Amino acid sequence: MATAVAGELAAELRGFREVQRLAYTCAEAVAAQLKPGVTEREAARMQRVWLRERGVRDWFHLPFAWFGDRTAFAGFRIPLQFFPTDRRLEPGMPFILDMAPVHKGFTADIGYSGSLGPNPVQDRLLADLEAHRELILREVRERRSLREIYEDVDRLMTRQGCANRHRAYPFGVIAHKVDRVKERSWSPRLFGFGTQSLKGLASDALRGHREGWSPLWSPYTFSDHPPRPGLWAVEPHLGFRGTGAKFEEILVVTDSRDPEQSAFWLDDDLPHVRRWAEDK
Amino acid sequence: MSLVGARERWVRTGGIELCVAELGDDRQPTVVLVHGYPDSKEVWSEVAVRLADRFHVVLYDVRGHGRSSAPRPLRGGFTLEKLTDDFLAVVDAVSPDEPVHLVGHDWGSVQSWEFVTVARTEGRIASFTSMSGPSLDHFGHWIKRRMKRPTPRRIGQLLGQGAKSWYVYLLHTPVLPELAWRGPLGKRWPKILQRVEKVPAGDYPTPSLPSDAAHGTWLYRDNVRSRLGRPREDAYAHAPVQLVTPLGDAFLSERLYDELETWAPRLVRRTLPAKHWVPRTRPDQLAAWISEFATANEGRKAGTPAPEPVATGRYADRFGGQLVLVTGAGSGIGRATAFAFAEAGARVVAVDRDAEAAARTAEMSRLIGSPAAWAETVDVSDEQAMEKLADKVAAEYGVVDVLVNNAGIGLSGSFFDTTPEDWRKVLDVNLWGVIHGCRLFGKQMAERGQGGHIVNTASAAAYLPSKALPAYSTSKAAVLMLSECLRAELAGQDIGVSAICPGVVNTNITSTARFAGVDAAEEKRRQKKSARLYGLRNYPPEKVADAILRAVVRNEAVVPVTPEARGAHLMHRFAPRTLRAIARMEPPL
Repeated sequence: MATAVAGELAAELRGFREVQRLAYTCAEAVAAQLKPGVTEREAARMQRVWLRERGVRDWFHLPFAWFGDRTAFAGFRIPLQFFPTDRRLEPGMPFILDMAPVHKGFTADIGYSGSLGPNPVQDRLLADLEAHRELILREVRERRSLREIYEDVDRLMTRQGCANRHRAYPFGVIAHKVDRVKERSWSPRLFGFGTQSLKGLASDALRGHREGWSPLWSPYTFSDHPPRPGLWAVEPHLGFRGTGAKFEEILVVTDSRDPEQSAFWLDDDLPHVRRWAEDK
Repeated sequence: MSLVGARERWVRTGGIELCVAELGDDRQPTVVLVHGYPDSKEVWSEVAVRLADRFHVVLYDVRGHGRSSAPRPLRGGFTLEKLTDDFLAVVDAVSPDEPVHLVGHDWGSVQSWEFVTVARTEGRIASFTSMSGPSLDHFGHWIKRRMKRPTPRRIGQLLGQGAKSWYVYLLHTPVLPELAWRGPLGKRWPKILQRVEKVPAGDYPTPSLPSDAAHGTWLYRDNVRSRLGRPREDAYAHAPVQLVTPLGDAFLSERLYDELETWAPRLVRRTLPAKHWVPRTRPDQLAAWISEFATANEGRKAGTPAPEPVATGRYADRFGGQLVLVTGAGSGIGRATAFAFAEAGARVVAVDRDAEAAARTAEMSRLIGSPAAWAETVDVSDEQAMEKLADKVAAEYGVVDVLVNNAGIGLSGSFFDTTPEDWRKVLDVNLWGVIHGCRLFGKQMAERGQGGHIVNTASAAAYLPSKALPAYSTSKAAVLMLSECLRAELAGQDIGVSAICPGVVNTNITSTARFAGVDAAEEKRRQKKSARLYGLRNYPPEKVADAILRAVVRNEAVVPVTPEARGAHLMHRFAPRTLRAIARMEPPL
């Protein structure tokens, strides 16, 4: 019985891992094609086309692309400002590609930071993110309240001299739950978000509201609960004077008693993790 | 003479003998310094010695000035064409193979603009640093543009510069100026310079002043009317230009340079809070900017492209290359201030008692435009440590141009709950830290005698009484008054003092603040609660940093930051009784 459950879980995780890898491959492929003069809209379209060609039909959210100081969400007041604009990429500019494709019913949500040519500030921020990946995993394994973990991440960012930019996301979330999505022939999108995924999130929110947890990992009291088993797309986002950097990947939380098994990153073979290993 | 160790030579050109002095190793890149009116090459003595260890420094007396001979007749002997002949003759003699870095002040800059915009000097000038002397051609176009389309603002600019040019009209009257200079004016000039222009006394001006000034009137008579009336249309600079604008110049409006980018596309702007005679009053800063600009353009000449200026901050013209020391730079307002100065291209010394945090600030500062940044671990309340720091900074980095005494700690609790130990601690850091900073670094600034600025971070609590913050408010009120008194004392030495009074700013002062009269658990709870409240208010320290830079640029005395601090400041003046009533309320903690 136990092995059957474990097998099911492993198959499920494999599905998520595949789509997450697919999304990161897309990000690397698109990043390699970015040239001076490309606009955010074009970069977003390149991601969409690339993923459509590989069988992606539904989205948790449509691909985003942010260039220059928009990587740090400078001056963002309303959520519509997240959508790609006609800003053109210039040499040395940082960029972030963020996409959340649904493939064969599995969802991924990833963020990829890079720059066109060298950008020492963003390199520094990317290096700083490593500590956050470790901190989050450690404290989730300790079953600390999500709100407390959020505050610890915040404190670490302040110590590093950076600003917390995930606060700009809707509800200020550092992470949100992702789940399997039913594949429908028609899935319209609402403000760039797939309705199927929104439906899943809404039903989670409703259930969570009754049971005292939330599928959104935020700084507010509704996140004052220990990590809930499931898959969390975690996206710490650092900003420093007009330059931003983030990663986003899936953290698996289970109800296992073994700390190692209670929480782990879905995949350790991702561009930013490889990058940190190379720098050592 | 004050040009100690200078090698002298004479250059003959067009019947004139020019007196040329050289300092430094002649295998180094050559810098040519051209003096203005009524001066001789000795006006550069302070700058020249500072450049001599890195450059081959060349100075010459313009014809009719100093020990150079004067043309006969004087009329028509001072045209810009003839001055260009002189320059080329000097350059051919001192640096026949390599182009030179040209620096001009006042009329030296006016003629250098001619050198750098005429075709026959192309390839002979590697860079040009201009101070207080516009091109007469650009000036002519500037006037024409304003006459042709007079808007109220343009008329204002014309009238403003017109009033500043009063002496030019006087110099055009025949004979009288010569008589005045050879008579009473020449005798009184050194005193006038000291009093009005704050030029330090010493071996400048030289005894040749009366004849320099008398001959020099022909610089104006031979050129001004003809050039302003018919300015050249092709006066484009063929070398990179650095423009140094003294903001307190009584003779030239800064508006003159508004359209300069059209004539000099690769323009680097610098501003100085000083009067006209900057080579005498600000030699350190000028030498630093000249050598930085010349070195950057040496690199360009050698084939390596000059690095793009990384400092993109708003006040990069003002703070580029300056030395800024910030205490409490490991977090909050101090760190944001260090970053803001770094973005403006300043060299930053980040002082904090937390070594790791200070190092982090220094590291990030270097990434965003600071040419050099250092971290120092010092507790500002420790007198000996501060003295050691002052000695080290002076010896290794130089005299501080801008000092930001920012380190501070929070302390809350009623007066009777506050123990003597608490009092000592808060006064030691918040007040004594500032006193030590002002005493040690302010003294270095005053002794250098080339201006500077001190910023003290006070607080809105300095004028906003509250029964919850007696000790903290007292310490900050003391800082505010100290700043005001010091401002009065240092005004005569061109050192500005500003007190910054922020209101509720989202920094970690709340999570380190001491709450007197409660146990540890309750203290933790209150720290957390106040941190959350400050987070909700969410006024970023970056905005305070911007206010600090602005305060330095505008030399503001007391700067309340955040709307509540400004409101309280107004109430403090006009409705103190309301403030006293508010002071009795219990804070929501």
